[in-house]
Amino acid sequence: MTALLKVENLTIGFGGAEPVVDDVSFAVEPGETLALVGESGSGKTLSCRAALRILPAAAQLRSGKVLLAGSNGDPEQDLMATSERQMCKIRGERVSMIFQEPMRSLSPLHRIGNQVTEVLRLHKAMGRAEQLKRVLAMFDRVGFKDPERIYESYPFELSGGMRQRAMIAMAMVGRPELLIADEPTTALDVTTQAQVLGLIKDLQKEYGMAVVLVTHDLGVVANMADSVVVMNRGRVMESGPAPLILSDPQHGYTRDLMAAAPEIPATPMDKSKDSERDLILEMKEVSKTFVLKGSSAWKPKTVVHAVRGIEFGVERGKTLAVVGESGSGKTTCARMALGAERADPGASILFRAETGADPINLQDLGRAERLAFQRKAQMVFQDPYSTLNPRMRVKDALCEPMEIHGVGSASDRVDRAIEMLRWVGLSENMLTRYPHAFSGGQRQRLSIARALMLGPTFLVCDEPTSALDVSVQEQVLQLLEEIRDRLKLSYLFISHDLAVVARIADEVAVMRSGLVVEQGPPDQLFYNPQHPYTKALIAAQPEPDINRPINLKIVAQGAGEPSSWPEAFRFDGLAVPPLTQTGPGHKVRCHV
Amino acid sequence: MGLLRFAVFRFLTMLATLVVVSVFIFLIINLPPGDYLSNQINELRATGQSNGIAKAEFLRQEYSLDQPMWRQYMIWMGFMPGPHGLAGMLQGEFGWSFEFDKPVADLVGGALWMTILVNLAAVVFIYAVALPLGVIAAARSKTWIDYTSALVGYLGLATPNFLLALILFYYGNRYLNLPIGGLMDPQYEGQPMSFDKMKSVLIHLIIPTFVIGTSGAAAMMQRLRANLLDELGKPYVETARAKGMRESSMLVKYPLRVAFNPFVADIGTLIPSLVSGSVLVSVVLGLQTIGPLLLTALKSQDLFLSAFVLMFVALLTLIGTLVSDLLLALLDPRIRFGGRNK
Repeated sequence: MTALLKVENLTIGFGGAEPVVDDVSFAVEPGETLALVGESGSGKTLSCRAALRILPAAAQLRSGKVLLAGSNGDPEQDLMATSERQMCKIRGERVSMIFQEPMRSLSPLHRIGNQVTEVLRLHKAMGRAEQLKRVLAMFDRVGFKDPERIYESYPFELSGGMRQRAMIAMAMVGRPELLIADEPTTALDVTTQAQVLGLIKDLQKEYGMAVVLVTHDLGVVANMADSVVVMNRGRVMESGPAPLILSDPQHGYTRDLMAAAPEIPATPMDKSKDSERDLILEMKEVSKTFVLKGSSAWKPKTVVHAVRGIEFGVERGKTLAVVGESGSGKTTCARMALGAERADPGASILFRAETGADPINLQDLGRAERLAFQRKAQMVFQDPYSTLNPRMRVKDALCEPMEIHGVGSASDRVDRAIEMLRWVGLSENMLTRYPHAFSGGQRQRLSIARALMLGPTFLVCDEPTSALDVSVQEQVLQLLEEIRDRLKLSYLFISHDLAVVARIADEVAVMRSGLVVEQGPPDQLFYNPQHPYTKALIAAQPEPDINRPINLKIVAQGAGEPSSWPEAFRFDGLAVPPLTQTGPGHKVRCHV
Repeated sequence: MGLLRFAVFRFLTMLATLVVVSVFIFLIINLPPGDYLSNQINELRATGQSNGIAKAEFLRQEYSLDQPMWRQYMIWMGFMPGPHGLAGMLQGEFGWSFEFDKPVADLVGGALWMTILVNLAAVVFIYAVALPLGVIAAARSKTWIDYTSALVGYLGLATPNFLLALILFYYGNRYLNLPIGGLMDPQYEGQPMSFDKMKSVLIHLIIPTFVIGTSGAAAMMQRLRANLLDELGKPYVETARAKGMRESSMLVKYPLRVAFNPFVADIGTLIPSLVSGSVLVSVVLGLQTIGPLLLTALKSQDLFLSAFVLMFVALLTLIGTLVSDLLLALLDPRIRFGGRNK
């Protein structure tokens, strides 16, 4: 069989610098899926964009060929030497593309139908009625229940997963021979990711097209790919059939990637349990409702129940993980645990700075109490790129918390800053640098160091690793564990990723629609999940093992609306089943 | 229809705003001590001319200037009956100009239309120049086209308007035989509208439009360029390219459409700055707009004249924001359908 797309010795660079894509070659057969795997900066995105020649203006194609097989017996074409006019015909018609951020990849001001139909207007000679029919059929195929309504909708009216489906419809409606999917599911929740991947796979089978899948996630690769190209720093490290590479990686880098991929361990871990629970933070009957103003003065206000009747506690020296999709209320929970958000009246959020100390209620803190509490409770944020002030040196950023709280002299603060830098594995000569000089992982280390400056006993980590590459994620998680055990810290760890949580948590609470649907120690939760949503989360987790594909049936069952869950768990609206004890420390929200 | 309701709602808020503005205008005009008539009476007393005093006193009563301030306001607006019953702004009675000794309505009559005409021409000019130049500068950013248009733009921004007016008059008259000063040839003044008169007005409009519009167009162009450049980096532009759209049609359909919002929103703020900014230009160019009138009225504390002119400018501004709000709602579905049920 001849390859559909062949990339030969591609080299791309910016300015006079070293090439960012260096002598890269790969080939895609018709109908197969090739995965380009690598971490950020590996050049995988640039390589696949070069195939469509939609590179940033500053990028220079230094050498190489991109050969696309001719259709109907035409000779193959070198896309690097094709005229712009010809390229416009190839893009969208023979090769189409899906992008990472469905939120921003559709024009906010044009209807979905308009944007999707455009592909047909550009490439196919067909009448309006026929175009409409084809687009609606495509919408139906990608899983929209009401294609006509989607046709008339604007992107801002759809959720992230729906937009990505619309993007897929746009890429597929022209029946391309090759689909390039650039991290198509990275911005989606894990259950949505599973469904979108399933959809791409189905469509591929149906239309017999080839797919180039760009991803950093070996789990996604295992579920999708026929062959794999592993890239690092612009070079191909290893390539070959997926089963071979995933089961027996030859290159050290591939092995590192495999090792770093977070995984729900196959056997239960033995985490010792104390009989006496010494809680540092205790949340009881905590709810939070937000009232949104109506769109006009006449319309009623909308009440959003962000969090409903949360009850849990963080044990001293332990980690409580709260897992849920976006909009599940987990971040609101974290904010309330830090006293940054007031819960609805009737809630009690108690914080005990030391064992046996009198609890303080975060619901009504005085100014002095709040200041004292803030020294004990700190936060590590999600995005290390935007939570460090780019105009503040590391020293100033680290010393600022102590300055605000008036702790120590200037030299004490610097000493403490140096100590903290060592704690997080950075060196003191970095004090005078600005954040831009650091990588994502280093920035997250800085962010952790800053949170430690005041000597807190309680840390809230809000998705601390979700902006990082897998190998870096691994290191940061390790660091967090080390610090916790050395400093006897307690964590409230917020994440959307069960696999990340699996290693660090002592107790896990799974949230959906503002409710805890299942709660328990990891060994219970992962090996004996009761709730369909928990099962869906676990099933949706892509594993870097080709023999354990995602079970889409379980995902679909649990990831739907609460009203579609099995009888025992089903609820609709505000009346919800109680959280019921089913085993030691294991609670499930179900009708008994 | 959401849009219709929005339009009605915006119109009503505009009327309410206008009333609030009228209070402020009246207050501010009355801030300096005394008024035109009491100043005149004092002056007459000081020079011992008693026959003028009686007339001034009569006018003071006639226009209720002897009443407390709030009553003066109510009578001026026509909310309360004055000496002549309900005869205020609401009833179309704009009062008396003491400085010119004429009813305000007679005084400003023609100037109103000329003001609207000149400013409308300037707005059209600004948009007609800024739109293509801004788009080209963004599409060809960091090339000589971009740099040249930026240079010309900054020159336009930096040159004082009246200076530009004088230069253009001189060269325009010398080489292109364009008329100097005024908004029409003298023989048409006071004549009913005719084809020739219109032609004369249009020819006279060329230089004022250019002078008043240049700096606005330069600023607008730079804003459009910056907005468009921002949009060009967005992922949806890449999506459009990957679909196989030609660069030019892609540019017009997607990023320009998004960058258009601030462009449209500027209409509202453009008008007041044009009117107040063109006062000096109108004086230099001898345009019969309300700019020069406002200047005299404010200097001599001519209460009704200045209040009327200020109200007129406020009305223009409010209409401008109304128009830009409605256009934005038409252009941007996020505003129109923001509350549509999912």
